[in-house]
Amino acid sequence: MQVLDVDYMLGLVPILLRYLPLTLQMAAVGMALALVLACGLAVIRVLRIPGLNAATLLFISFFRGTPLLVQLFLFYYGLPQLLAFLTQINGITATIMGLTLHFSAYMAESIRAAIVGVDRSQTEAALSIGMTNGQLMRRIVLPQATRVAVPTLMNYFIDMIKATSLAFTLGVTELMGATQKEAAGSFLYFEAFITVAIFYWVIVELLAWFQRRLEIRLNEAYRR
Amino acid sequence: MIKVTGLVKRFGGTAVLDGIDLAIEQGEIIVVIGPSGTGKSTLLRCLNFLERPDAGRLTIGDLDVDVTRASRADILTARRRTAFVFQNYALFANKTALENIAEGLIVVNRWPKEKAHARAREILERIGLADKADAYPASLSGGQQQRVGIGRAMAAQAEVILFDEPTSSLDPEWVEEVLNLMKQLARERQTMLVVTHEMSFARDVADRVIFMEGGESSNRGPRPALQLTTGSPDTRFPAQGSGNPGNNRHPDLSRMPVRAIAVERTGD
Ligand SMILES: Nc1ncnc2c1ncn2[C@@H]1O[C@H](COP(=O)(O)OP(=O)(O)OP(=O)(O)O)[C@@H](O)[C@H]1O
Ligand SMILES: [Mg+2]
Repeated sequence: MQVLDVDYMLGLVPILLRYLPLTLQMAAVGMALALVLACGLAVIRVLRIPGLNAATLLFISFFRGTPLLVQLFLFYYGLPQLLAFLTQINGITATIMGLTLHFSAYMAESIRAAIVGVDRSQTEAALSIGMTNGQLMRRIVLPQATRVAVPTLMNYFIDMIKATSLAFTLGVTELMGATQKEAAGSFLYFEAFITVAIFYWVIVELLAWFQRRLEIRLNEAYRR
Repeated sequence: MIKVTGLVKRFGGTAVLDGIDLAIEQGEIIVVIGPSGTGKSTLLRCLNFLERPDAGRLTIGDLDVDVTRASRADILTARRRTAFVFQNYALFANKTALENIAEGLIVVNRWPKEKAHARAREILERIGLADKADAYPASLSGGQQQRVGIGRAMAAQAEVILFDEPTSSLDPEWVEEVLNLMKQLARERQTMLVVTHEMSFARDVADRVIFMEGGESSNRGPRPALQLTTGSPDTRFPAQGSGNPGNNRHPDLSRMPVRAIAVERTGD
């Protein structure tokens, strides 16, 4: 008997490749939405907008303080019982929602740290020449904060790609869901799951390589 | 002309500025000296609302406001009519020397980029940094960064440039070039209000010297909260070098009208 059914694994590759786009799409949409939300939350925290600041702290605390899987079940199974219009929610939407909220809580804190980290005297310099708060943010603070935040945000994107695998628990046939089905048919669990593991691993390594190059470029910025 | 009357600024109940009156004529160069913690920076920062004063009236050109009632628009106007040079340069780290100077013209004055860059190049020429146009602050020496800081203030075409110890964080080797640039501006009769410990600059350039004195350094008994006197200069300025009273060596100084402003700190 063969230790590893390599032919089966190779045969699995084209099948899984068909589900790869869905995995990447969920991660990409989730990341885009999470970024927007995180920026909003970070600005609320930085400006300490009364009322909203406390709500934001509660939001961040909840979504960082509970497991992502619990949050996904809450959105997919729990919320529709509470809010009738959500009965239409499908697994993909619930996953994207969960990923967005969960990761935006983490990302808000790193964006906030990056904004606060921009030298306060530059803020005063911008104000002293008559810039408005908006101009100051757009032209001076955010460009510098972005540079600091990007590596961390890339890490969250990598985490998010891996976290999309939880969508299979909501009945979504993405990379992990497809593998599960294949494995159930063939009983070649080890082959199936090691193949999908390699899939994730390769994606993550590609992104990590890109991230390292980006970091080198970002570190060089403003040094000419 | 810039005029403040009755300027008050408190930090936590302590009045750092307790009713300051100051008028600056067009083209006048005023130097502010005094011990640490007497509110020199606070005075400058109040003039362009980096600190919000607790009382007083501010007049800059046709802007005339009660500082406590100043609207956002008033504050922006005041800031556009004053420019600030910071002790630690405070250049925009994400902008080149050229962009640092052009930034206000583009964003605040809404000039087209080309026009703003052309003006910024002229200013770089005047501050002797034409070859550093594309350099980021991180790659400039302290002296070069501060000259860009001054260039940024020059670009604003403000009624007055406020300098807060512009040479205090510089390595000694760079002080001269920055002072020279400031002297050049003084010759062009740029209105300036300069906080500095550089006595030679005060002697050579100032039309008027303001002495700010803090309550804590005083053991001369109680003083009124605000006191304007014309002091004898050589008691006010420690002579540089030993055994020289300063008066003969710097005849300009003795003719210089000196106003001593003693700011009593109510907390003491
Ligand atoms: N933001 C602030 N909050 C509280 N106290 C402040 C603040 N800024 C300044 N002070 C206090 O106000 C007083 C005057 O400070 P300021 O910086 O104006 O003095 P200064 O004359 O510029 O001193 P230095 O020569 O050291 O720069 C000091 O006692 C300082 O501690
Ligand atoms: Mg100071």
